[in-house]
Amino acid sequence: MESVSIGKSVSEQHELLVHKDVSSTELTKAYIARIHSVDPDLQAYLTVLEDKALAQAAEIDRKIAHNEVLGALEGIPMALKDNMCTEGIRTSCASKMLESFIPPYNATVTDRLQAAGTILLGKVNMDEFAMGSSTENSYFAKTRNPWDLERVPGGSSGGAAVAVAADEASFSLGSDTGGSIRQPASFCGVVGMKPTYGAVSRLGLIAFASSLDQIGPFTKTVRDNALVLNAIAGYDPLDSTSVAYEKPDYTKFLVNNVKGLRIGIPREYYGEGIDPEVAKGIQAGIQTLIDLGAEVSECSLPHTEYAIPAYYLIATAEASSNLARYDGVRYGYRAEAEDVLGMFKQTRAEGFGPEVKRRIMLGTYALSSGYYDAYYLKAQKVRTLIKRDFDQAFEKFDVLLSPTAPTTAFKFGEKSADPLTMYLSDITTVPINLAGIPAISIPAGFVKGMPIGMQLMGKAFDEGTLYRVAYTFEQNTNHHTLKPSLSGEVLASGSR
Amino acid sequence: MVVANQFEMVCGLEVHVELQTKTKIFCGCTTEFGGEQNTHVCPVCLGMPGALPVLNREVVNFAIKAGLALDCEIAEFSKFDRKNYFYPDLSKNYQTSQFDLPICGKGGLEIEIDGEKKWIGITRAHMEEDAGKLVHSGETISTSNESSVDYNRAGVPLLEIVSEPDMRSIPEVLAYLEKLVQILEYTEVSDCRLEQGSVRFDVNVSLRPFGTDTLGIRTETKNLNSFSSVRRCMEYEVARQARVLNAGENVVQETRTWDEGQGITLTLRSKEEAHDYRYFPEPDLPPLVIDKEWVERIRKTLPELPAARRARLQTLGLSAYDAAVITQAKAMADFFDEALTYYTDAKTLANWVMGDMTRLLNSNQCSVVDSPISAKQLAELLQLINKGTLSGKIAKSVLEEMYSTSKDASMIVKEKGLAQISDEGALLGIIDGVLAANPQSVEDYRAGKDKAIGFLVGQIMKATKGQANPGLVNQLLKEKLA
Ligand SMILES: [Zn+2]
Repeated sequence: MESVSIGKSVSEQHELLVHKDVSSTELTKAYIARIHSVDPDLQAYLTVLEDKALAQAAEIDRKIAHNEVLGALEGIPMALKDNMCTEGIRTSCASKMLESFIPPYNATVTDRLQAAGTILLGKVNMDEFAMGSSTENSYFAKTRNPWDLERVPGGSSGGAAVAVAADEASFSLGSDTGGSIRQPASFCGVVGMKPTYGAVSRLGLIAFASSLDQIGPFTKTVRDNALVLNAIAGYDPLDSTSVAYEKPDYTKFLVNNVKGLRIGIPREYYGEGIDPEVAKGIQAGIQTLIDLGAEVSECSLPHTEYAIPAYYLIATAEASSNLARYDGVRYGYRAEAEDVLGMFKQTRAEGFGPEVKRRIMLGTYALSSGYYDAYYLKAQKVRTLIKRDFDQAFEKFDVLLSPTAPTTAFKFGEKSADPLTMYLSDITTVPINLAGIPAISIPAGFVKGMPIGMQLMGKAFDEGTLYRVAYTFEQNTNHHTLKPSLSGEVLASGSR
Repeated sequence: MVVANQFEMVCGLEVHVELQTKTKIFCGCTTEFGGEQNTHVCPVCLGMPGALPVLNREVVNFAIKAGLALDCEIAEFSKFDRKNYFYPDLSKNYQTSQFDLPICGKGGLEIEIDGEKKWIGITRAHMEEDAGKLVHSGETISTSNESSVDYNRAGVPLLEIVSEPDMRSIPEVLAYLEKLVQILEYTEVSDCRLEQGSVRFDVNVSLRPFGTDTLGIRTETKNLNSFSSVRRCMEYEVARQARVLNAGENVVQETRTWDEGQGITLTLRSKEEAHDYRYFPEPDLPPLVIDKEWVERIRKTLPELPAARRARLQTLGLSAYDAAVITQAKAMADFFDEALTYYTDAKTLANWVMGDMTRLLNSNQCSVVDSPISAKQLAELLQLINKGTLSGKIAKSVLEEMYSTSKDASMIVKEKGLAQISDEGALLGIIDGVLAANPQSVEDYRAGKDKAIGFLVGQIMKATKGQANPGLVNQLLKEKLA
């Protein structure tokens, strides 16, 4: 019962809990057992909170025993990317700099998930300070892709994607600055949503690039995703960039119907570097939607080619400033030195990994006097043009569709030697962050045994339509029911 | 000064004023001065990972108010920017400030020197956060074995007011500063407590030969915290630059620091070493949009400003000098105006406020807001003089009694029997009436019953509501009955 229940979706587990077929404690124990069994190979977790999780579960079980009404996420075990602050629990950003940092406060999403009665199993691995596309930049561990242990899980939210893909958590939260939720979701064959900028509070999310960062859920199913977004989205007066929009019940959009829906295929997202097999898989997915009655036609987002340089200027510029606070004075790692300046330098030299340093230098350069206009300012202008591209496309289309990533998961070390190649593989994801719009990656098949993801992009605050298309696609395909086999064991698929 | 004959001084000022909001600019921590080290702090002002700023609207209200009082344009659209530099007192290693789009645009104020008026332009004023405070075991950060940082000040709201290079002499600079501080106090956006460092000055000075239009090379001396430091610093800097120019050399464009002990300025950093602050728009805060209604709402809260107040007091009959003294500090002017609502003779009131009241307050080192004598009480005292109840001389002693007891003048007059009816004619009329009404008592007294006089005195006091001078009553009564 237990080992089967961890493979089920959040909504199925909710039913099991409500009907007392399984207790939250049993469910939590099953996940902990699973973590013990597979995580030594996968290394998704940086911190596992066994005792705390079981104590939380026991509390939910008391509620169940009293036949109290159970919320959709109550008693459901989950994991948080290690850049979301958790009071009294180490939040490391997978960096030596914050190796021993224990926040005295919760992120808003932590609070909201706690209020929703979820069980926090632990904190999961990521690229250091969310900078990377493979989770190889973690100071602590290399998280492996459960579909092929020789391959990366994607990044920067690699641990969060793997935890869900390998049934080490029922769901997880990641953060997405340029694709850090969608690309690992694609690589690991799970559902990953990057909501509209301003939909989910960033308070307590350790900043990489403030104007691009956004938190979103990793789940096994589209319904689960909508349920989790219901819990974490909504205005937060303590995040000045959070938007006071009317938050809908996202599950209301879960209808199996895309008839008449206008779907645009931006041709620029099928450029050089895309694996023809991936393109073929996405083409098959498009055909499925056409067969279901969607109106699909090609469209253009003409400024796409400038998105990567613009993104890497804006993101690094903001990062160079956001990461300036790590100087050894107040918290985190501190190196010994002769004087204050020496301490600053040594602390940062020893505390940050190479990718973080590379981006701080890039960003510092882009903001320097004499270069600001040519780089940062120009990048902001490109950003405006990219937004305009999307605005124009959404005059004709309800949703845009593309592969989430140009390839399936690559092998360890394959791209880490050449940062530029790594950066270029973000072409299908970064424009979305620059425009601030929502996008979801859903399982869309396999190439040589590795999952591929289909990305759906929507208008600002129109996550609902994305869920509708994603749900319809999911209901009419079986990609999401396949599970990776680990340690020679083939896991049972979900209930369906 | 010899130099004054050769060169014309050109000076502009940057004044950093602490806004006296209850809480900090981007978090809910108190702005209260003092407190144990690092007790008025939270994740936001400590720059903890994941913390985010939320703009305190009251800071905006105060900035608008100051801007309006300084005749500045209030920007409909302004934004915050990050000023990036590494220093341990800066918790995020950037200061959130306003760079190219400040809240207040062009404005200015009028100064007056020896009766001559001059307009000093204000370029801009912008909001920013204060930094923390370094505490060194030794003299400086580089010579100390140990330094600690107190972040209680970190995030306290500041308004930086930048003047045009319009000042041509040290008296002009001082007049500008006095006027500026006066206006800020009047608007109550700052308590301007210089001794607590709530106002700091950066002084830009250059010299040029008289008659030339082009500006000379300037130096900026940072972080002065009193008018006298500004004066001494400028005297020093003008003399120093004149020496350099007279030696046929060029002044070096640089940032300097003021050594209070030695009374000299020293090089802090050269132009080449100047910080590159890498300003860019603060992504954690949306742009600030201030609509007309907001500005008008604040405009309604503006008090009468010093110049207008002075003019009004002059129309009430005060001399220019008296009006200037009364309006120097808002608290004093408020006291005066309140008293004026109970007592309309402005000139007499001014004499008392500037004279005995001020003397009493000064000798007790008491500020007018804490005065034990209220404006209403002072007015009542003056009314008693007008009524002839008190002579001016007695009133002065009553004022002192009022100061030490906070009692009303009439109460003191009553208790001490100071309100004497000393007019013999008036008293004799009353005595005649009482004697006529009490023939039996008169009879008794004349028959040797001394006690009877007590009754008669009582009747007279009753008739005068206790204000008759008992001694005089006794004397007159005995004369009458003799
Ligand atoms: Zn604070």
